[in-house]
Amino acid sequence: MTTTSEFEPQIVAFCCMHCAYAAADLAGGSRCGYPPSVKIVAVPCTGRVDSLHLLKSLEDGADGVMVAGCLSGRCHFQTGNLYAKQRVEHVRGLLKEIGLEPERLRMINVSAGMGVQFAEHAKEMAEAIAALGPNPLRARRATAPAEVATMEEAS
Amino acid sequence: MIVAEQKPLDAVIDLLSGHRKVLAVGCGTCVAVCFAGGKKEVGMLASALRMARGLDDQPLEVDETTVQRQCEAEYIESLAEKIGAYDAVVSLGCGVGVQFLAERFPETRVVPALDTKFMGGPTEAGVWEERCQGCGSCMLGSTGGVCPISRCAKQLMNGPCGGSKDGHCEIDPGIPCAWQLIWERMDKLGRLEELMEIQAPKDWSTSRDGGLRRVVRDDLRLPKADED
Repeated sequence: MTTTSEFEPQIVAFCCMHCAYAAADLAGGSRCGYPPSVKIVAVPCTGRVDSLHLLKSLEDGADGVMVAGCLSGRCHFQTGNLYAKQRVEHVRGLLKEIGLEPERLRMINVSAGMGVQFAEHAKEMAEAIAALGPNPLRARRATAPAEVATMEEAS
Repeated sequence: MIVAEQKPLDAVIDLLSGHRKVLAVGCGTCVAVCFAGGKKEVGMLASALRMARGLDDQPLEVDETTVQRQCEAEYIESLAEKIGAYDAVVSLGCGVGVQFLAERFPETRVVPALDTKFMGGPTEAGVWEERCQGCGSCMLGSTGGVCPISRCAKQLMNGPCGGSKDGHCEIDPGIPCAWQLIWERMDKLGRLEELMEIQAPKDWSTSRDGGLRRVVRDDLRLPKADED
């Protein structure tokens, strides 16, 4: 990894419990390491991940956000991962308008048996975010604390 | 419903230039169901504004609220006690909502976050189409329920024109020819004969040309005390 001891990217990973969450579990069980700064949030389906969740994660200081869903055509709920893909694209466009790098948000697709691939995706994303540097909003908040937005609106 | 969509973020940021604390007000009716100005869209816009202004080192405090309808005085009255705490209000209502807020709170600057598009409805997920231009004199009863005012580019009363091709409009092959639709519909209804009657020029005095329009229902007005 290229991450430095000064900056360990904090990445929120919304993982579908039917695939990516199990893949992350498998990665751990297989002693296939991935950066501990990847914080996993289990969701019943990536279709449940709202654009607001993605935006608020970055507003609240995450350096990167990953949405990890089932392989194309294998969604437990048929199309949840496809909706998630569209939302990720939409929010990436919005991030560009905001002035944040769209690369801070990405979607991956894995099956429950792809623990190794999940770990690789996580490492690769951590490296990419490390290259981008910290979320500039977090740095500003450190100097001038702002009111922390809640995720209540998205519930 | 009234269909609207959000302005580009830059446009909203420009409108809020110089302000430091604003209230984003959503509307829970038409613009909520077309995903432009409901509670969730308020959250998205507020978050985006905070981030964009934060990155410009010009922090903007954005509080969020959504009322059931911005176009009725009773619903916006709930804002009265807190609106004084803000430099400005950014309304995610349609043009009507923005104006009702501005009229009720004349001391506060109210800016629009949406572009109001038309009266229409969803034709498929994520797609909305115009159906009515509020001409004030509905003629759907004689056109098989298809509106030539909102759906014909030339607003013809006796169509189709020569530009109708393969059932589509000459201005955009993606738009169905309204008069083709009218013909097909009247055919199904067995009322093609009615289309053979020449329609007189439409009386446009009920439409947009006379300035502010008003509907008055005396039976619904607050009663005055009896004089005798």
